[in-house]
Amino acid sequence: MTDSPLLAVDNLRIDIGGGKERHAAVEDVSFSIARGETFGLVGESGCGKSITALSIMGLLRHPLSLGSGSSIVLDGQPIHNASAAEMRSLRGRRIGMIFQEPMTALNPLSPVGRQIAEMFVLHMGMGWKEATERAVDSLRQVRVPSPERRVHDYPHQLSGGMRQRVMIAIALACSPDMLIADEPTTALDVTVQAEIVDLMRDLCAEKGTAILMISHDLGLVAQVCRRVAVMYAGRIVEQRASAEVFKDPRHPYTRGLLASLPRLGARSQHGRQRLNEISGVVPAVSAFPRGCRFNPRCGARTDICTIEDPQTTPLDGGQGLVRCHHA
Amino acid sequence: MKWGTNLWVGGGLVGVSILVGVFADVIQLADPVTSANLMNAEIPPGREFPFGTDAQGRDIYSRIVHGARISLTVGLVSQIANSIIGVTLGLTAGYWGGWWDDFVSGLTNLMLAIPSLIFALAIMAILGPGLVSLLIALGLTNWSYSCRIARAQVLSLKSQGYIQAARILGYGDLRIMFTQLLPNMLGPLIVMATLGMGGAILAEAALSFLGLGIRPPYPSWGSMLSDAREQINTAPWLSVFPGLAIFLTVLGLNLLGDGLRDILDPQSKERTA
Repeated sequence: MTDSPLLAVDNLRIDIGGGKERHAAVEDVSFSIARGETFGLVGESGCGKSITALSIMGLLRHPLSLGSGSSIVLDGQPIHNASAAEMRSLRGRRIGMIFQEPMTALNPLSPVGRQIAEMFVLHMGMGWKEATERAVDSLRQVRVPSPERRVHDYPHQLSGGMRQRVMIAIALACSPDMLIADEPTTALDVTVQAEIVDLMRDLCAEKGTAILMISHDLGLVAQVCRRVAVMYAGRIVEQRASAEVFKDPRHPYTRGLLASLPRLGARSQHGRQRLNEISGVVPAVSAFPRGCRFNPRCGARTDICTIEDPQTTPLDGGQGLVRCHHA
Repeated sequence: MKWGTNLWVGGGLVGVSILVGVFADVIQLADPVTSANLMNAEIPPGREFPFGTDAQGRDIYSRIVHGARISLTVGLVSQIANSIIGVTLGLTAGYWGGWWDDFVSGLTNLMLAIPSLIFALAIMAILGPGLVSLLIALGLTNWSYSCRIARAQVLSLKSQGYIQAARILGYGDLRIMFTQLLPNMLGPLIVMATLGMGGAILAEAALSFLGLGIRPPYPSWGSMLSDAREQINTAPWLSVFPGLAIFLTVLGLNLLGDGLRDILDPQSKERTA
């Protein structure tokens, strides 16, 4: 069992709509995450990162649905066709999740300690008294000062960073096997971002929890994740160890993303430099272009790109892959 | 301190009417039913009869004190029934959606299209007058407002992060409904319920006025008003005091509803201060 991956997503397809209006918003997405590994999923808004996460949680709702042939296996157990009750016992217990907006992800009418304690009651069958004591410990673990007092606070009495700490405490309360972090730092100040990321990484390392980090922030992903998958228009276009991606990006989209990172003190010979950009926008799900989906925005486009869909090419001795005709 | 005024005045009025109802046997001056004495008929308010006497010579004060029991029972019980029916339907309809939502919405629209007083009247006509049939009639006919509010609240709360978070953390449907959704929509529902209690008291008065409510000789504010309408020129105190009792109780409930709404918001400054 130790060799098999914790999570294996294979040939994932997510359909949007039904009947004639059905389109694949995510297609042919495969990746696996080992125990305790950190894996990043990167891409622009609307490229399918978040719904990939939702599909792992079994929370796709109309008009989204899991396409046939998709397989999601958690710890050797297929979960793509699990019943609602089975999924419910997995969520929170074995897969935790934290979100982008710590402002709205907490119930405003319930003290934060109670919201943490509820996880112990719900998933571990503890009594409220014991669970509340554990909640204080959880708050201490996420480095909230004077946790004995803070357990009684309501969410609106806490700052954004503190709320995200509480969210992490809730997500990691039951020591899940995996933590899905969907843009966990987007809504926070830059100074707080680093603290939250460090905290998340330390705690997960301590508990042996794997992280699936979803972000459009390449810098963050490089800092946290061992391996990265870059998504574009519902497909993985490049998937490699993150060091390799930053050293030698192979897909033009990845190159574009890296080139558009602002660098402190960056100057060209002419004195001032305009920040690079990838022109255009992600195509709509109903209007994916023929051939390579990135071709209308690609600087290295040739004729074949507009005609033929590129297949994946293995890289780094089978450890990585890229989906480009010219890689 | 503006919110405090509403709360205290409303709470005071409601509190007084509850106390009056509870201790009616203690503070009455004469038996409300059996003290009839035609020799004392239609005596204006004075030292012996503070609110005067009615056409049968019964003490109006004592009858009003006992009428509080009936009015408050009707208001409370029928509104609790309405709230339970309405919130259950609205919560489940908003949360689950689909055909159940269509069905509940259709039913709500149907109920709203029928004037509830006429509907209650029809039920009363079938069940016959009396307190129990009054509770049934009023308890089954006014849930559409709480249902609509509950459903609308659920629809707006459903998109909130913490409701989705609860799902992601493995909460069951019922747990989400009762621990996450219900507490967060309680504010408007409580305001609705206090207003509805006032409405139920008025509806009881109207039904009793029409002769389909509480059976005489038992005192209810509505039936007292009904009896008094022929003497409104010669003995106005017969209608003024029951009318005043209804007015103050309903006013108190409405103010209480407003006051509660203010303190039920966890972010209101006054609460944390």
